[in-house]
Amino acid sequence: MKSGLLYALAVVVLVLVALGAYLAMPAAPKPELDQSRTRTTVNGLYVAAIEPEAPEIKQGELQTWILTVKTVDGKPVDDATVTVGGGMPDHNHGLPTAPRMTGHLGEGRYRIEGVKFSMGGWWELRFEISSAAGADTVTFNLVL
Amino acid sequence: MARLRLRWFCAPLVASVAILSGCGGDDFTEAEKATIASLSLDALPALPADPTNKYADDPAAAAFGATLFFDQRMSPDGVVACGTCHLIDRQFQDDLPLGKGAGTSNRRTMPLAGVAWSPWLFWDGRRDSLWSQALTPLEDLREHAGTRAFYAHFVTDNFNERYQRIFGPLPDLASVPRDAGPFGTEAQQAAWNGMSAEQQEAVNRVFVNLGKAIAAFERSLVPEETRFDRFADALVADKSPGGDAAFTAEEIAGLKLFMGKATCSTCHTGPRFTDDSFHNTGVPDVPGLPEDLGRETGAMQVAADPFNCLGAFSDAGPEACGELSFMVKDYRRLTRAYKPPSLRGAATRPPYMHAGQLATLEEVVDHYARAPAAPSGESELHPLTLSERERQQLIAFLKTLEP
Repeated sequence: MKSGLLYALAVVVLVLVALGAYLAMPAAPKPELDQSRTRTTVNGLYVAAIEPEAPEIKQGELQTWILTVKTVDGKPVDDATVTVGGGMPDHNHGLPTAPRMTGHLGEGRYRIEGVKFSMGGWWELRFEISSAAGADTVTFNLVL
Repeated sequence: MARLRLRWFCAPLVASVAILSGCGGDDFTEAEKATIASLSLDALPALPADPTNKYADDPAAAAFGATLFFDQRMSPDGVVACGTCHLIDRQFQDDLPLGKGAGTSNRRTMPLAGVAWSPWLFWDGRRDSLWSQALTPLEDLREHAGTRAFYAHFVTDNFNERYQRIFGPLPDLASVPRDAGPFGTEAQQAAWNGMSAEQQEAVNRVFVNLGKAIAAFERSLVPEETRFDRFADALVADKSPGGDAAFTAEEIAGLKLFMGKATCSTCHTGPRFTDDSFHNTGVPDVPGLPEDLGRETGAMQVAADPFNCLGAFSDAGPEACGELSFMVKDYRRLTRAYKPPSLRGAATRPPYMHAGQLATLEEVVDHYARAPAAPSGESELHPLTLSERERQQLIAFLKTLEP
């Protein structure tokens, strides 16, 4: 019985040590962070999806992304104007570049040029989408 | 029951040993190893092309650029060369808080190793190519204090044949004033404004070509391998670092802090230890110096620079000007933001920050731990508790970034 208590105590101590070490580790991606690349806009007007043009997201290099905008019932939205924002919430700074929509590709697809992620960590990429259906916003989370 | 108890005992034991050995020993997590590999010189991409400068990789231009870089006649008073502040035996910097040429600058001289990889030049990125950067101090009254007409005449008088072998015919400067430029004294500006558009264009062309030659030379200034790189290479190859590549426990702890708790490697990232972006880190201002808004001013200046990537003297088409075309122009976001300098060689080149505000590495680490409010704009830093031991560990790691 006594040795059982000792074991239990040892387990508790080790768990606490492990927990302390875990908490002291650099901020890992927040487990609750939704990193999905397809999201419904805040007011439910659109479903937006993003994908990088290149297969790999390279830190520190300018890249092009494709934003696809559809209505909630799946119809492509081709008359949208799009502005891009975002940044790193953990570091009080915005995007290192000012990406913008540079082309309509048809079928609700828009080319977004000038995207750059200058460091690793949690990034937000925000799109303000405006069309005949109205204006709405969507924010994607990316963790590099 | 005994078996069950053992299992209960072992799982947390294994977990905590794995984590603990990663904290103090020479054992790194896979994520840490990946970060270490990304900081190693091995991760440095090939020298990027400079499409804005068609002479960038011309050996004759680079040799001419080296001559110009060290020629003190590149200033009207004959005592200021590029190499006056960018000292060849001092990592191409001068160990002073503020650069001293014809007068005193308001910024710390930047070292030049790896400068050809930088999309933005100067602390505030007010130039977007190596050649347009090289031209700026030539006409700054506190630095070389020359004018572009002075340099065009200087080349014609002293390097006539050498210039023409590289760049083609020199213009006839017989009727061009000896001393005229858009940024000089009132008299120099008046002389510049009195020149015809053709004369200005001809002088600009010669002036730009001097910058392109100096830039071609500066492309040869690459970062040297350091103890850290040798350590990283061994680690990545799953070998035990030997000789001077072996790190002490203190250096390993410092490296772990650098990547982890102290979050240095978020901005000091990649093999050049910079993210090539601009950050307000609450660095104090210097009493007596004019207000310095960092990138806020730098962004406006590079956008307006006639020698930028999109300008008439750039050899690149607009498709090569992504950095300039998509740069942040929301100037309020850029107040007192500066480029993180490389940390390679930093331990042996105090003082630190854009105007040499901090004298020692101890002061630098203390600044990041305290995270003071910025004189203007908003600091990105969060206060951090670092023990005296941890501070020394960080500094021990920074000292491994020496050749």
